[in-house]
Amino acid sequence: MNEKKLTIAITGLNNIDSPGPGVPVIRGIKDSGMNVRIIGLAYENLEPGIYMPGLVDKTYLMPFPSAGSKVFLERLEYIHEKEQLDIIIPNFDAELFLFIKYAPELLKMGIHTFLPTLEQFEERHKDNLPKFAKKYNVTVPKSKAVLTSNELADLPKEIAYPYYIKGKFYEAYKVDNYNQAVFYFNKLSSKWGLPVVVQQEIKGSEVNVIALGDGEGNTVAAVAMRKQYITDKGKAWGGITLNDEVLLEVTHRIIKETKWRGAMELEMIKTEDGEYHLIEINPRIPAWVYLAVGAGQNIPEMICQLAMGKKVKPVNNYEYGKMFIRYSWDLIGDIADFEKIIMSGEL
Amino acid sequence: MTKLNSLAISDNGFIFKPSTGESFTTNDMGLFIINLLKEGKSSDTIISAITDEFEVDAITAERDLYDYLDFLRAEKMID
Repeated sequence: MNEKKLTIAITGLNNIDSPGPGVPVIRGIKDSGMNVRIIGLAYENLEPGIYMPGLVDKTYLMPFPSAGSKVFLERLEYIHEKEQLDIIIPNFDAELFLFIKYAPELLKMGIHTFLPTLEQFEERHKDNLPKFAKKYNVTVPKSKAVLTSNELADLPKEIAYPYYIKGKFYEAYKVDNYNQAVFYFNKLSSKWGLPVVVQQEIKGSEVNVIALGDGEGNTVAAVAMRKQYITDKGKAWGGITLNDEVLLEVTHRIIKETKWRGAMELEMIKTEDGEYHLIEINPRIPAWVYLAVGAGQNIPEMICQLAMGKKVKPVNNYEYGKMFIRYSWDLIGDIADFEKIIMSGEL
Repeated sequence: MTKLNSLAISDNGFIFKPSTGESFTTNDMGLFIINLLKEGKSSDTIISAITDEFEVDAITAERDLYDYLDFLRAEKMID
């Protein structure tokens, strides 16, 4: 018996040097063998995923979330009218708030999502991390949310140079002096808004976990990874799966206590002494999700099943020592496709 | 499982440490030592085996073994 064809809309088609997760999410869904039609939702007309052969069945340009919820929802209604979407998987931090807030409206339209609650989303914000750490008993570096550059002159003593300065949604820079800190404060606040977060540097190796919570406290999937090659933007260009029991235990505990719903990425520093410091929680699928698929946990497929109300049996094992190596590839496109996406907002 | 047994060791001397994702390479003698350590052999037995297998005297074998144990300890591959 043929499974009903699901129409799944996916954002984050920007497979660039700071890649969005859309393309690997689509690859995971396609690998699962599900009967699907993939709709790409793009914010820029040169997002590579729009043009990659065999990836999306159709792409629609979306207004930036900053354009406001009305325009955003109207565009989704238009796309839904054309495509009868079953599921949307949003992949950008900056759009998540809108998708979470309007998830009930989307569901009324027949569009399913599987996202954290607004409370979960807000609670793990970079500027809330100290409170989060206290509530859930996890170790975090000392950090402070900064609203004006003047505050950089009077930071807690633990936040000594060099320290990290981080944008509200994306980007982090290591700074060695006050002038650098002010420069990056201005850059990050103008790009991502306020607050900007400053965070103590913890020496050690960065380890990450991609995980999926079912919203009832169960960890449905979790894969640990160490970045092997990091770009100047701090992005993993190569990584390897780990058998790190402590890291996975921390992940299971956080998901259990927060009753996390949806995908997440935990970014942690493991010190020489074997201590783990949580530096960030991303409330979405990370761009390296295809490594988890390759290691035996198809998280994009599981998200689709959970979004459609199906029960998913937790998967506890995966292959250690699986690696990913990212690469760039020049696609040759046609001006006619570019013209279509610019002139009609669809391709 | 002991730390040493959790390592993935290839016959060509490539070592993968799944708990950290680190990889190492080792020479024939290192591989020989690791395999004997995994079998639970004592230091004296290993030194004697090294002298039998490689053309080195007992003093050199002992020094090589303890240097190698220091390396394994520093990389947290043994306690």
